[in-house]
Amino acid sequence: MTNQDIRKILVEELHRIAPDIVLDEIDPDGDLHDEFEIDSMDFLTLVTALAKRFALEMPEADYPKMQSFNALADYLQDRKT
Amino acid sequence: MSLFLMPSLGADMTAGTLVEQLVPPGGTVKHGDIVAAVETQKGVIEIEAFQDGILDSWLVELGAKVPVGTPLARITTAQDASASDASAQPAPDKPEVPKPAVHAPKPERREKPIPQEPEIAGPKDGQKTPAMRAEPRQRITPAARRLAAQAGIDPSTLSPEGTSPTISRADIAALVTTPLATPVSDMRSAIAAAMSRSKREIPHYYLSHQADLTNAEAFVTETNAQRPPDKRILLGALFLKAMTLAVRTVPEMNGHFENGSFAPSKTINAGLAINLRGGGLVAPAILQTDALNLDDLMVAMRDLVTRVRAGRFRSRELSDATITLTSLGDRGVNQLFGVIYPPQVAIVGIGTPVLRPWVHDGKVAPRLIADITLAADHRVSDGRRGAMFLRTIAENLHKPEAL
Repeated sequence: MTNQDIRKILVEELHRIAPDIVLDEIDPDGDLHDEFEIDSMDFLTLVTALAKRFALEMPEADYPKMQSFNALADYLQDRKT
Repeated sequence: MSLFLMPSLGADMTAGTLVEQLVPPGGTVKHGDIVAAVETQKGVIEIEAFQDGILDSWLVELGAKVPVGTPLARITTAQDASASDASAQPAPDKPEVPKPAVHAPKPERREKPIPQEPEIAGPKDGQKTPAMRAEPRQRITPAARRLAAQAGIDPSTLSPEGTSPTISRADIAALVTTPLATPVSDMRSAIAAAMSRSKREIPHYYLSHQADLTNAEAFVTETNAQRPPDKRILLGALFLKAMTLAVRTVPEMNGHFENGSFAPSKTINAGLAINLRGGGLVAPAILQTDALNLDDLMVAMRDLVTRVRAGRFRSRELSDATITLTSLGDRGVNQLFGVIYPPQVAIVGIGTPVLRPWVHDGKVAPRLIADITLAADHRVSDGRRGAMFLRTIAENLHKPEAL
């Protein structure tokens, strides 16, 4: 799976939770919670959806590696290529 | 003869705007009849007559903002009528039918008002005497008025379309060229109405306590370590469970205060304050919270939050909450002072948990601490019981394995 594919899916799932966010306007290295205005419930929903789509466990212990858009994309990339 | 005054609808109210004259000049009024509607910062409030009589004339124009105590209308009471028939207007059979234009004499200033308010501020000298409205009184639905206010349209400049004597929301909407009536502003109106009622009717008292959440967080981490994402729990579920269990100890936090008395609820339907994207807040209930274990509670919470954020919830979830929990989450501040959602009698607030120096087992150590607060209804409980309630919640959170 290419980096682009992964990002496309990530954007899809983020938009499901935060449909009002324009991706060009966010800082991809900024804190995901702040940039997308999501709370812990939203984040759990996102992780649940991504874990299903990528067939990953995405354990809670890895949450610190998923704290920005880019970090999350890299995290998925590292495990799916 | 008596004067119908702009009432004070709260200590903070200094003035109000007359937005509806519901009785035409010459119309009969009975004690308790709605005579006028007044727009205040709290919203539109209907004002009742406090005696029987005939509304002689309106002294304030529609749309005029006047200080509390200003005479709004002159009412000839039954006593006046028997004393002097000549001055009384004959009562129409149907007060609903607007009378033809009646040009009453200029109202005299400061006509011996019945002292309903300590401060009577009459129209200022030099100010033009309010003219009587010559046209039939205008009727406008509350929804139409709200929309007009949002769109910046003065409803008093409008006349109803078609044959209906009432200006409807559709009439206003037809005049609005830009989409101004967003759901957010409707939601803001709803929040304003509920919170205004709360602050008007409920004598709140407030308590705060610090809860050590170190164990609770460790419990969540440990629980989630072996679980796939869809089975994981959040601290929020523990807050709900801890509050629900504490209601068993202090049941007077759970129920509705209506018609002058408190009806405790046997079941616990914990309302959960949920922020909506783009602004606004709703607090629907997880029904029968007390029947759910921690995992089921988490499932119910996820389901509720997902549905609410998608704009779908059931009316029972909105009407049947018996107590509310509001949590600031990870990115909030230390403390919140809740406003009780009527007719409920208590709201628990959870501040953002932070690591703080804390004396634990005789030593200062960093512990995860959250300020938890209670706003409760003094008509139902007092601070001693409220304190027991908050302390019980904190103790429950300190022993998460028992939740």
